[in-house]
Amino acid sequence: MWSLFHKLGSPPWLYAISGSLLRWLVPAALVTLIVGLAWGLLYAPPDFKQGNSYRIIYIHVPAAVVAMAGYYVMAVAGAISLIWKMKMADVAMKACAPVGAALTFLALFSGALWGKPTWGTYWVWDARVTSVLILLFLYLGVMALYEAFDNKEAASKACAVLSLVGMVNIPIIYKSVDWWYSLHQPATIKFTETPSIDMSMLLPLMVSTTAFYLLFTCAVLMNIRAELLLRGRRTRWVQELASGAQR
Amino acid sequence: MYFDSLSAALHMEGHGVFVWSVCIVAVLVVAALLIVPRRRERAALKTIAGELRRQASRAAEVS
Repeated sequence: MWSLFHKLGSPPWLYAISGSLLRWLVPAALVTLIVGLAWGLLYAPPDFKQGNSYRIIYIHVPAAVVAMAGYYVMAVAGAISLIWKMKMADVAMKACAPVGAALTFLALFSGALWGKPTWGTYWVWDARVTSVLILLFLYLGVMALYEAFDNKEAASKACAVLSLVGMVNIPIIYKSVDWWYSLHQPATIKFTETPSIDMSMLLPLMVSTTAFYLLFTCAVLMNIRAELLLRGRRTRWVQELASGAQR
Repeated sequence: MYFDSLSAALHMEGHGVFVWSVCIVAVLVVAALLIVPRRRERAALKTIAGELRRQASRAAEVS
Protein backbone atom coordinates (compact mmCIF):
# COMPACT_ATOMS: atom_id res chain seq x y z
CA MET A 1 0.00 0.00 0.00
CA TRP A 2 2.73 2.46 1.05
CA SER A 3 4.85 1.50 -1.95
CA LEU A 4 1.89 2.37 -4.22
CA PHE A 5 1.55 5.70 -2.42
CA HIS A 6 5.26 6.38 -3.03
CA LYS A 7 4.98 5.31 -6.68
CA LEU A 8 2.01 7.66 -7.18
CA GLY A 9 4.36 10.48 -6.25
CA SER A 10 6.65 9.62 -9.15
CA PRO A 11 5.65 11.44 -12.38
CA PRO A 12 7.39 9.00 -14.81
CA TRP A 13 5.73 6.01 -13.13
CA LEU A 14 2.31 7.71 -13.11
CA TYR A 15 2.70 8.72 -16.77
CA ALA A 16 3.64 5.18 -17.81
CA ILE A 17 0.98 3.37 -15.75
CA SER A 18 -1.77 5.79 -16.83
CA GLY A 19 -0.81 5.19 -20.47
CA SER A 20 -1.19 1.42 -20.02
CA LEU A 21 -4.48 1.87 -18.13
CA LEU A 22 -5.95 4.20 -20.74
CA ARG A 23 -5.29 1.68 -23.52
CA TRP A 24 -8.16 -0.49 -22.24
CA LEU A 25 -10.05 2.05 -20.12
CA VAL A 26 -11.02 4.33 -23.04
CA PRO A 27 -12.48 1.51 -25.21
CA ALA A 28 -14.24 0.08 -22.12
CA ALA A 29 -15.78 3.50 -21.36
CA LEU A 30 -16.95 4.02 -24.94
CA VAL A 31 -18.43 0.52 -25.29
CA THR A 32 -20.22 0.82 -21.93
CA LEU A 33 -21.55 4.26 -22.92
CA ILE A 34 -22.86 3.02 -26.28
CA VAL A 35 -24.53 -0.01 -24.63
CA GLY A 36 -26.05 2.08 -21.80
CA LEU A 37 -27.38 4.81 -24.09
CA ALA A 38 -28.69 2.47 -26.81
CA TRP A 39 -30.40 0.32 -24.15
CA GLY A 40 -31.93 3.30 -22.37
CA LEU A 41 -32.88 5.38 -25.40
CA LEU A 42 -34.15 2.63 -27.69
CA TYR A 43 -34.98 -0.52 -25.73
CA ALA A 44 -36.22 0.53 -22.25
CA PRO A 45 -39.99 1.03 -21.91
CA PRO A 46 -41.42 4.58 -21.67
CA ASP A 47 -42.47 6.08 -18.34
CA PHE A 48 -46.21 5.87 -17.66
CA LYS A 49 -46.39 9.59 -16.69
CA GLN A 50 -43.57 11.30 -18.59
CA GLY A 51 -43.64 9.18 -21.73
CA ASN A 52 -40.38 9.18 -23.69
CA SER A 53 -39.00 12.45 -22.28
CA TYR A 54 -37.84 10.47 -19.22
CA ARG A 55 -35.16 8.84 -21.44
CA ILE A 56 -33.04 11.94 -20.75
CA ILE A 57 -32.46 10.26 -17.36
CA TYR A 58 -29.81 8.03 -19.03
CA ILE A 59 -27.62 11.11 -19.58
CA HIS A 60 -28.85 13.52 -16.89
CA VAL A 61 -28.50 11.29 -13.81
CA PRO A 62 -25.08 9.77 -14.67
CA ALA A 63 -23.68 13.23 -15.52
CA ALA A 64 -25.01 14.72 -12.26
CA VAL A 65 -23.91 11.78 -10.08
CA VAL A 66 -20.37 11.74 -11.50
CA ALA A 67 -20.12 15.57 -11.38
CA MET A 68 -20.84 15.42 -7.63
CA ALA A 69 -18.57 12.41 -6.99
CA GLY A 70 -15.87 14.14 -9.03
CA TYR A 71 -16.06 17.14 -6.75
CA TYR A 72 -15.24 14.89 -3.77
CA VAL A 73 -12.25 13.50 -5.69
CA MET A 74 -11.08 17.05 -6.44
CA ALA A 75 -11.55 18.19 -2.83
CA VAL A 76 -9.76 15.12 -1.39
CA ALA A 77 -6.86 15.71 -3.82
CA GLY A 78 -6.88 19.36 -2.70
CA ALA A 79 -6.75 18.32 0.97
CA ILE A 80 -3.81 15.94 0.33
CA SER A 81 -2.01 18.67 -1.59
CA LEU A 82 -2.64 21.19 1.20
CA ILE A 83 -1.70 18.91 4.12
CA TRP A 84 1.12 16.74 2.73
CA LYS A 85 2.26 19.10 -0.08
CA MET A 86 2.07 16.19 -2.50
CA LYS A 87 2.56 17.57 -6.01
CA MET A 88 0.72 14.73 -7.73
CA ALA A 89 -2.38 15.50 -5.63
CA ASP A 90 -2.21 19.08 -6.89
CA VAL A 91 -1.96 17.79 -10.46
CA ALA A 92 -4.99 15.53 -9.86
CA MET A 93 -7.00 18.40 -8.34
CA LYS A 94 -6.29 20.59 -11.37
CA ALA A 95 -7.15 17.70 -13.73
CA CYS A 96 -10.56 17.10 -12.11
CA ALA A 97 -11.87 20.67 -12.48
CA PRO A 98 -12.51 20.86 -16.28
CA VAL A 99 -13.95 17.34 -16.36
CA GLY A 100 -16.30 18.11 -13.46
CA ALA A 101 -17.31 21.41 -15.06
CA ALA A 102 -18.15 19.69 -18.37
CA LEU A 103 -20.26 17.03 -16.63
CA THR A 104 -22.05 19.64 -14.48
CA PHE A 105 -22.82 21.63 -17.63
CA LEU A 106 -24.21 18.44 -19.22
CA ALA A 107 -26.35 17.75 -16.13
CA LEU A 108 -27.76 21.32 -16.21
CA PHE A 109 -28.34 21.31 -19.98
CA SER A 110 -30.04 17.90 -19.97
CA GLY A 111 -32.08 18.95 -16.91
CA ALA A 112 -33.26 22.09 -18.72
CA LEU A 113 -34.34 20.09 -21.78
CA TRP A 114 -36.06 17.53 -19.55
CA GLY A 115 -37.75 20.35 -17.65
CA LYS A 116 -39.52 21.81 -20.70
CA PRO A 117 -41.81 18.82 -21.48
CA THR A 118 -42.12 17.84 -17.78
CA TRP A 119 -42.41 21.14 -15.85
CA GLY A 120 -43.32 23.43 -18.77
CA THR A 121 -40.14 25.49 -18.36
CA TYR A 122 -36.44 25.15 -19.10
CA TRP A 123 -35.30 26.75 -15.85
CA VAL A 124 -36.52 27.33 -12.30
CA TRP A 125 -34.54 28.94 -9.48
CA ASP A 126 -35.30 26.10 -7.07
CA ALA A 127 -32.86 24.62 -4.56
CA ARG A 128 -31.68 21.62 -6.60
CA VAL A 129 -31.11 23.48 -9.87
CA THR A 130 -29.48 26.48 -8.17
CA SER A 131 -27.15 24.35 -6.03
CA VAL A 132 -26.01 22.44 -9.14
CA LEU A 133 -25.39 25.80 -10.86
CA ILE A 134 -23.22 26.72 -7.84
CA LEU A 135 -21.34 23.43 -8.37
CA LEU A 136 -20.58 24.54 -11.94
CA PHE A 137 -19.33 27.91 -10.65
CA LEU A 138 -17.15 26.13 -8.06
CA TYR A 139 -15.51 24.02 -10.77
CA LEU A 140 -15.06 27.09 -13.00
CA GLY A 141 -13.80 29.02 -9.95
CA VAL A 142 -11.06 26.44 -9.31
CA MET A 143 -10.04 26.59 -12.98
CA ALA A 144 -10.00 30.41 -13.02
CA LEU A 145 -8.19 30.67 -9.67
CA TYR A 146 -5.41 28.42 -10.94
CA GLU A 147 -4.77 30.75 -13.85
CA ALA A 148 -5.12 33.92 -11.75
CA PHE A 149 -1.87 33.35 -9.79
CA ASP A 150 1.65 33.65 -11.20
CA ASN A 151 2.95 31.77 -8.18
CA LYS A 152 1.74 28.20 -8.77
CA GLU A 153 2.24 27.19 -5.12
CA ALA A 154 -0.09 29.98 -3.99
CA ALA A 155 -2.54 28.99 -6.76
CA SER A 156 -2.51 25.40 -5.57
CA LYS A 157 -3.21 26.44 -1.95
CA ALA A 158 -6.05 28.80 -2.94
CA CYS A 159 -7.65 26.16 -5.17
CA ALA A 160 -7.37 23.50 -2.45
CA VAL A 161 -9.08 25.81 0.05
CA LEU A 162 -11.82 26.72 -2.44
CA SER A 163 -12.47 23.08 -3.32
CA LEU A 164 -12.62 22.12 0.37
CA VAL A 165 -14.98 24.98 1.27
CA GLY A 166 -17.15 24.17 -1.75
CA MET A 167 -17.57 20.59 -0.53
CA VAL A 168 -20.39 21.83 1.74
CA ASN A 169 -22.46 22.27 -1.45
CA ILE A 170 -22.54 18.51 -2.23
CA PRO A 171 -24.79 17.39 0.66
CA ILE A 172 -26.91 20.49 -0.01
CA ILE A 173 -27.42 19.35 -3.63
CA TYR A 174 -28.24 15.83 -2.47
CA LYS A 175 -30.70 16.84 0.27
CA SER A 176 -32.13 19.97 -1.45
CA VAL A 177 -35.21 18.08 -2.70
CA ASP A 178 -36.00 16.99 0.87
CA TRP A 179 -35.14 20.24 2.68
CA TRP A 180 -36.93 22.69 0.35
CA TYR A 181 -40.03 22.62 -1.82
CA SER A 182 -38.77 21.73 -5.27
CA LEU A 183 -40.13 20.94 -8.72
CA HIS A 184 -37.29 18.43 -9.02
CA GLN A 185 -38.31 14.88 -8.18
CA PRO A 186 -36.74 13.20 -5.11
CA ALA A 187 -33.97 10.61 -5.51
CA THR A 188 -35.12 7.53 -7.44
CA ILE A 189 -32.29 5.32 -6.16
CA LYS A 190 -31.38 5.32 -2.47
CA PHE A 191 -28.89 3.15 -0.60
CA THR A 192 -31.35 2.56 2.25
CA GLU A 193 -34.52 1.84 0.25
CA THR A 194 -35.67 -0.25 -2.69
CA PRO A 195 -35.40 1.82 -5.90
CA SER A 196 -38.72 3.31 -7.08
CA ILE A 197 -37.71 2.61 -10.70
CA ASP A 198 -38.51 -0.61 -12.55
CA MET A 199 -35.61 -3.01 -13.17
CA SER A 200 -36.05 -2.69 -16.97
CA MET A 201 -35.26 1.03 -16.60
CA LEU A 202 -32.76 0.71 -13.74
CA LEU A 203 -30.35 -1.68 -15.47
CA PRO A 204 -29.54 0.61 -18.45
CA LEU A 205 -29.23 3.49 -15.97
CA MET A 206 -26.61 1.53 -14.01
CA VAL A 207 -24.71 0.73 -17.21
CA SER A 208 -24.82 4.38 -18.27
CA THR A 209 -23.66 5.55 -14.82
CA THR A 210 -20.75 3.08 -14.93
CA ALA A 211 -19.84 4.49 -18.36
CA PHE A 212 -19.75 8.04 -17.00
CA TYR A 213 -17.54 6.96 -14.06
CA LEU A 214 -15.16 5.31 -16.55
CA LEU A 215 -15.20 8.43 -18.76
CA PHE A 216 -14.44 10.64 -15.77
CA THR A 217 -11.48 8.40 -14.87
CA CYS A 218 -10.19 8.44 -18.46
CA ALA A 219 -10.53 12.22 -18.86
CA VAL A 220 -8.86 12.94 -15.50
CA LEU A 221 -5.97 10.55 -16.27
CA MET A 222 -5.50 12.17 -19.70
CA ASN A 223 -5.48 15.65 -18.13
CA ILE A 224 -2.96 14.43 -15.54
CA ARG A 225 -0.67 13.14 -18.30
CA ALA A 226 -0.74 16.47 -20.17
CA GLU A 227 -0.10 18.37 -16.93
CA LEU A 228 2.81 16.07 -15.97
CA LEU A 229 4.53 16.84 -19.28
CA LEU A 230 4.03 20.60 -18.95
CA ARG A 231 5.29 20.68 -15.35
CA GLY A 232 8.19 18.35 -16.03
CA ARG A 233 9.43 20.01 -19.22
CA ARG A 234 12.87 20.61 -17.60
CA THR A 235 13.21 17.02 -16.38
CA ARG A 236 15.15 14.34 -18.20
CA TRP A 237 12.33 11.81 -18.55
CA VAL A 238 10.03 14.34 -20.28
CA GLN A 239 12.83 15.57 -22.57
CA GLU A 240 13.68 11.98 -23.54
CA LEU A 241 10.00 11.29 -24.18
CA ALA A 242 9.63 14.45 -26.30
CA SER A 243 12.76 13.65 -28.34
CA GLY A 244 11.55 10.07 -28.84
CA ALA A 245 8.05 11.17 -29.87
CA GLN A 246 9.37 13.51 -32.59
CA ARG A 247 11.62 10.90 -34.17
CA MET B 1 -36.28 -2.26 -29.86
CA TYR B 2 -39.23 -0.56 -28.16
CA PHE B 3 -40.05 1.60 -31.23
CA ASP B 4 -41.65 0.18 -34.38
CA SER B 5 -39.53 2.18 -36.81
CA LEU B 6 -36.57 4.54 -37.01
CA SER B 7 -38.87 7.53 -37.52
CA ALA B 8 -40.84 6.55 -34.38
CA ALA B 9 -37.55 6.36 -32.47
CA LEU B 10 -36.54 9.79 -33.76
CA HIS B 11 -39.94 11.36 -33.05
CA MET B 12 -40.53 9.65 -29.65
CA GLU B 13 -44.16 10.85 -29.61
CA GLY B 14 -43.10 14.50 -29.67
CA HIS B 15 -40.23 14.18 -27.17
CA GLY B 16 -37.56 13.25 -29.70
CA VAL B 17 -36.34 16.83 -30.14
CA PHE B 18 -35.52 17.05 -26.39
CA VAL B 19 -34.06 13.55 -26.01
CA TRP B 20 -31.91 13.60 -29.15
CA SER B 21 -30.70 17.18 -28.55
CA VAL B 22 -29.43 16.08 -25.14
CA CYS B 23 -27.87 13.00 -26.75
CA ILE B 24 -26.02 15.09 -29.37
CA VAL B 25 -24.68 17.51 -26.73
CA ALA B 26 -23.63 14.54 -24.56
CA VAL B 27 -21.68 13.04 -27.46
CA LEU B 28 -19.97 16.42 -28.07
CA VAL B 29 -19.08 16.77 -24.36
CA VAL B 30 -17.71 13.21 -24.20
CA ALA B 31 -15.68 13.79 -27.40
CA ALA B 32 -14.27 17.03 -25.98
CA LEU B 33 -13.39 15.32 -22.68
CA LEU B 34 -11.34 12.70 -24.51
CA ILE B 35 -9.91 14.75 -27.38
CA VAL B 36 -8.87 18.04 -25.67
CA PRO B 37 -6.43 16.50 -23.10
CA ARG B 38 -4.95 14.18 -25.77
CA ARG B 39 -4.28 17.21 -27.99
CA ARG B 40 -2.80 19.10 -25.03
CA GLU B 41 -0.47 16.17 -24.35
CA ARG B 42 0.67 15.98 -28.00
CA ALA B 43 1.11 19.77 -28.17
CA ALA B 44 3.23 19.68 -24.98
CA LEU B 45 5.48 16.96 -26.45
CA LYS B 46 5.82 18.94 -29.69
CA THR B 47 6.64 22.21 -27.86
CA ILE B 48 9.22 20.53 -25.62
CA ALA B 49 10.83 18.78 -28.62
CA GLY B 50 11.00 22.17 -30.40
CA GLU B 51 12.67 23.78 -27.37
CA LEU B 52 15.20 20.95 -27.24
CA ARG B 53 15.99 21.33 -30.95
CA ARG B 54 16.49 25.10 -30.56
CA GLN B 55 18.75 24.54 -27.54
CA ALA B 56 20.79 21.98 -29.46
CA SER B 57 21.23 24.28 -32.49
CA ARG B 58 22.25 27.19 -30.21
CA ALA B 59 24.77 24.95 -28.47
CA ALA B 60 26.16 23.88 -31.87
CA GLU B 61 26.51 27.52 -32.97
CA VAL B 62 28.41 28.45 -29.78
CA SER B 63 30.79 25.52 -30.07
